[in-house]
Amino acid sequence: MEVDQMQRQYLDYTKPLFLEGFLDGQFLQLQQLQDENNPDFVAEVVSLFFEDSERLLNDLTFSLEQKSIDFKKIDAHVHQLKGSSSSIGAQRVKNCCIAFRNFCEEQNIDACLSCLQQVKQEYCHVKNKLETLIRLEQQIVAAGGSIPTMEFSF
Amino acid sequence: MAVVALETQFHVLAVDDSLIDRMLIERLLKTSSFNVTTVDSATKALKFLGLVEDELKTFETSVASEIHQDVDVNLIITDYCMPGMTGYDLLRKIKESKSLKNIPVVIMSSENVPSRINRCLEEGAEEFFLKPVQQADVNKLKPHLMKSRTKEEQDQPLINNKRKDMEEIYSPNKTRLRCSS
Repeated sequence: MEVDQMQRQYLDYTKPLFLEGFLDGQFLQLQQLQDENNPDFVAEVVSLFFEDSERLLNDLTFSLEQKSIDFKKIDAHVHQLKGSSSSIGAQRVKNCCIAFRNFCEEQNIDACLSCLQQVKQEYCHVKNKLETLIRLEQQIVAAGGSIPTMEFSF
Repeated sequence: MAVVALETQFHVLAVDDSLIDRMLIERLLKTSSFNVTTVDSATKALKFLGLVEDELKTFETSVASEIHQDVDVNLIITDYCMPGMTGYDLLRKIKESKSLKNIPVVIMSSENVPSRINRCLEEGAEEFFLKPVQQADVNKLKPHLMKSRTKEEQDQPLINNKRKDMEEIYSPNKTRLRCSS
């Protein structure tokens, strides 16, 4: 495949992610921080996000399975997940966390369990999208091209 | 004759318990040509700054426990919500310290709580950034750093024209006044 074809494929794949709200402007900020001296910045941060999220989701699952539920702890985990998803631009995950925290405050167990399911789903979606996106970027760079910058008015 | 400008880079200490946020703030700061040190807790920040807690004493006697460090930190940027000592506590300790109180402190938080923001500003924080921090926020830092640096310069004898001219105009020992152009 030619570089310009790859670039078009990349844009076709990525643009909907923003339009559908999987990613927001913060992700574009991350990409802007990447340059020749820091060529793997986005991949590194995203990889950290995956590790962090999976740990937090496991902790949340464990905490919500307990006989006596520690809502303070759960809120602390969700707060962390909200922070990291916000920092990388994973908008849907972040929004789920916001709802989750409200239910924590209300100490509504069923709603919390439902939120946890939702967060897991949203996380899985965005993880797949990001993995593909980064792979497409790396393909372009390996072929000697540059990653096209997206311009949106949000 | 041009004013001699100080070319030394500014050194920023960034404090955040989140690794992702530390990576982000470090990149943002480095893009603005700052020297950056990151730590993951307020306690480590204080250690780095030379304020070491005596096990028996509290920080109220920090003046006695201050260790002179050759570390030159020009600005501290810290997250608000951290386990253990919060960013607010760190801000207070810094402002209570004789040696550190003039270092500008900026607070970051993911939560937009007006009372929190006011409390920090009242305690002496220069700015309060909402997370995720943007390049535009980081661009606001240089003026605070220039202000601190100018203050340092004013406390020392100046080597530029302006001061010299003023001395010549006001000095009673000169027989002739030289007007500055």
